[in-house]
Amino acid sequence: MPGPSDWAALRFTVLQALLSALFSVVLAVPVARALARRRFRGRGLLVTLMGAPFILPVIVAVLGLLAVFGRAGIVNQALGGIGLPPVQIYGLHGVVLAHVFFNLPLATRFLLQGWQGIPSERFRLAASLGFGPSDVFRQLEMPMLRTTLPGAAMVIFAICLSSFAVALTLGGGPRATTVELAIYQAFRFDFDLGRAAVLAVIQMAVVTVAALLAFRFGHINGFGRGLDRPFRRWEAEVWHLRILDALALVCAALFLLIPLAAVIWRGLPGLLDLPVQVWRAAIVSVVMALSSTLFAIILALCLAYLALARHRTEAIALIGVAVSPLVIGTGLFLLINPFSDPARWAFVLTSLVNALAALPFALRVLVPALRDIVRDYGPLADSLGMSGLSRLRLLVLPRLRRPLGFSAGLAAALSMGDLGVIALFADPERATLPLEILRLMGAYRMDTAAGAGLLLLAISLFLFWTFDRGGRRDVEA
Amino acid sequence: MKPHLVIAALLAASPALAQTPQLTVYTYDSFLSEWGPGPAIKQAFETECGCVLNLVGAGDGAALLGRLKLEGARSDADIVLGLDTGLISAARETGLFVAHTIETDLDLPLEWNDPLFLPYDWGYFAFVGNRGEAHSTSFRELAESEQKIVIQDPRSSTPGLGLLMWVKSVFGDEAEEIWAALADNIVTVTPGWSEAYGLFLEGEADLVLSYTTSPAYHLIAEEDDSKVALPFSEGHYMQIEVAGKLAATDQPELADQFLRFMLGDAFQSVIPTTNWMYPVVLPDGGLPDGFSTLIQPETAILAPIDQAGALRDLALDEWLRALSR
Repeated sequence: MPGPSDWAALRFTVLQALLSALFSVVLAVPVARALARRRFRGRGLLVTLMGAPFILPVIVAVLGLLAVFGRAGIVNQALGGIGLPPVQIYGLHGVVLAHVFFNLPLATRFLLQGWQGIPSERFRLAASLGFGPSDVFRQLEMPMLRTTLPGAAMVIFAICLSSFAVALTLGGGPRATTVELAIYQAFRFDFDLGRAAVLAVIQMAVVTVAALLAFRFGHINGFGRGLDRPFRRWEAEVWHLRILDALALVCAALFLLIPLAAVIWRGLPGLLDLPVQVWRAAIVSVVMALSSTLFAIILALCLAYLALARHRTEAIALIGVAVSPLVIGTGLFLLINPFSDPARWAFVLTSLVNALAALPFALRVLVPALRDIVRDYGPLADSLGMSGLSRLRLLVLPRLRRPLGFSAGLAAALSMGDLGVIALFADPERATLPLEILRLMGAYRMDTAAGAGLLLLAISLFLFWTFDRGGRRDVEA
Repeated sequence: MKPHLVIAALLAASPALAQTPQLTVYTYDSFLSEWGPGPAIKQAFETECGCVLNLVGAGDGAALLGRLKLEGARSDADIVLGLDTGLISAARETGLFVAHTIETDLDLPLEWNDPLFLPYDWGYFAFVGNRGEAHSTSFRELAESEQKIVIQDPRSSTPGLGLLMWVKSVFGDEAEEIWAALADNIVTVTPGWSEAYGLFLEGEADLVLSYTTSPAYHLIAEEDDSKVALPFSEGHYMQIEVAGKLAATDQPELADQFLRFMLGDAFQSVIPTTNWMYPVVLPDGGLPDGFSTLIQPETAILAPIDQAGALRDLALDEWLRALSR
């Protein structure tokens, strides 16, 4: 049975996840709004690059963050330069800072999609009615945020719930013990599978409650159909809003891109002479990412249809992201071991588990889009007698292209960056890139590991960009 | 390829497979990685035994034992290589291991006569820092100093557990006091060794908990002599890594042959510059050059293996109390 230290771990886990989710979505509002109503050179590149923190292996990203906020980081050097005392990143605030760094881009994308879901005809109408910015906010943006924010917060809350390495490394010590670490302890120290299972169930229960709350407050509120034409936002063309938007974008870009630049800077020297094993691992990872993407998209489409009928279905998908890879891996091991050698299945299992990890994000963007399609175009399709495959091909898939592209990109990138369960039954011949980075670091080869981290970043971004762009072809977004 | 050709190929291949004996060794992931001793050892042993050596990886030492417990007597493993002194009593309690029959003459700082487990390498834990800085020479001095350290969590990391046992062995009932005094020196506690060492190299801390052999890596592989291990007057805690033969093995002779090979030159000579630990039998060529510059602790500390479990639980509670304040 869970003891007092487990409850303390649960309290800390929930607290940090709540704060991380809250800060991520609140800060994402001005950033997403600026991206939604401004067009500028490099906007697409910025959107893609800003997604990078989310797909980096945790330790690579943490080292990037520390280059900025750490003891010897840029911020403290600047503070020291003007005679101020250094700031300390280790503690609850450091954990939240890192989680916002990881999840702000994700929240921004969810909200951006919400903004893009408001038909441009509505903004035209608002402009012709002479709406000012505050009217537009009240009549159009606020209703959209009310439906989008809870879901975005829920997904981020679920991700942060199983945070382990970030919470411990930046938390500064055992005060920052999470449920995930308690599970580790149950496995490694006591080999108490029962206790590990109880803790995993607690983790799942918290996610389920969060999901139910989010669905309760995330009302469904349609805007009706539109012609998907891009539109200039007249009401926002005033100088103080321009400055506000520019400020939001510059702050977000600095916050997200400077640590990323540190990762690139650290990795460049090592990138030039990466050993052949790293390249081999990169190929394994790309193949795994692609198969993972396929799994994720098929699963997500099926679940999205189910979620239309019973929208709480989406909560199932969250469990995959909230449960520790250690628990999933051990469970799979126990299932397969009586019949076959688990190592033989490591590749398939890891791509499947990685696909499950991408599901909540895919569903978060697919379900609302699918719901709109069914509601807004379903009657028309019915009256035209369009059904089955032709309905999927001619109506659903084209209109889902943007969320599908985004989901596929995210699934591919997540699978690239995630260690997944492969470390639990690794096969020396088929290491993935994140596992290889871990091995390099474990063998003192930090510079080579940094180079491999940069390679991973480049491949992940390329995969994400390709899928995401594919989904946004012909559309100004 | 046509189906009957595939079948023919399988038929042709299977007798050959059946004739070649297979030895399965479970080990931790970093042992079998390209940067670890695995590849060289596989090649050397296969040449010697005319068999196939399957090295199977499973996380780290603690994960290895967990996996073995999950599999029980049905395990394919013939040998488990990579448990350390902190795990031996738990491994013995599984009842899965059988006594080895190898005569030993080991170069260890202390006597070894465990009937089940044979050491293959060893090292001392130590704090590692940069040369030229004013360094502490004991835990007490460190606790009073301003030096910042990064350590590993004993619940998820072997070196972290080593430090816990080190402090407990040296200070006994005063261990909690020492941890409380060290609390303001600790920058952070990482899940594993790699994160801690990475943080140290990035300048996040003055010292990192690692091994006395860590400077040898920088010296030999990077020609960098800027890293030093700090000799502590209280003595240094040891880590001895061991291998054991499983009772359920279907290759008992081959398993014994492997254990003998493990103490031979071909195995022991690759240990220093792949696992960055000391070999248990000095290779014919001696230790690599850089190793002569390493500190040699005067006192080697190791908790009695039978008491390690109880001591560990007590020490963990104290550690948590002292650092959660």
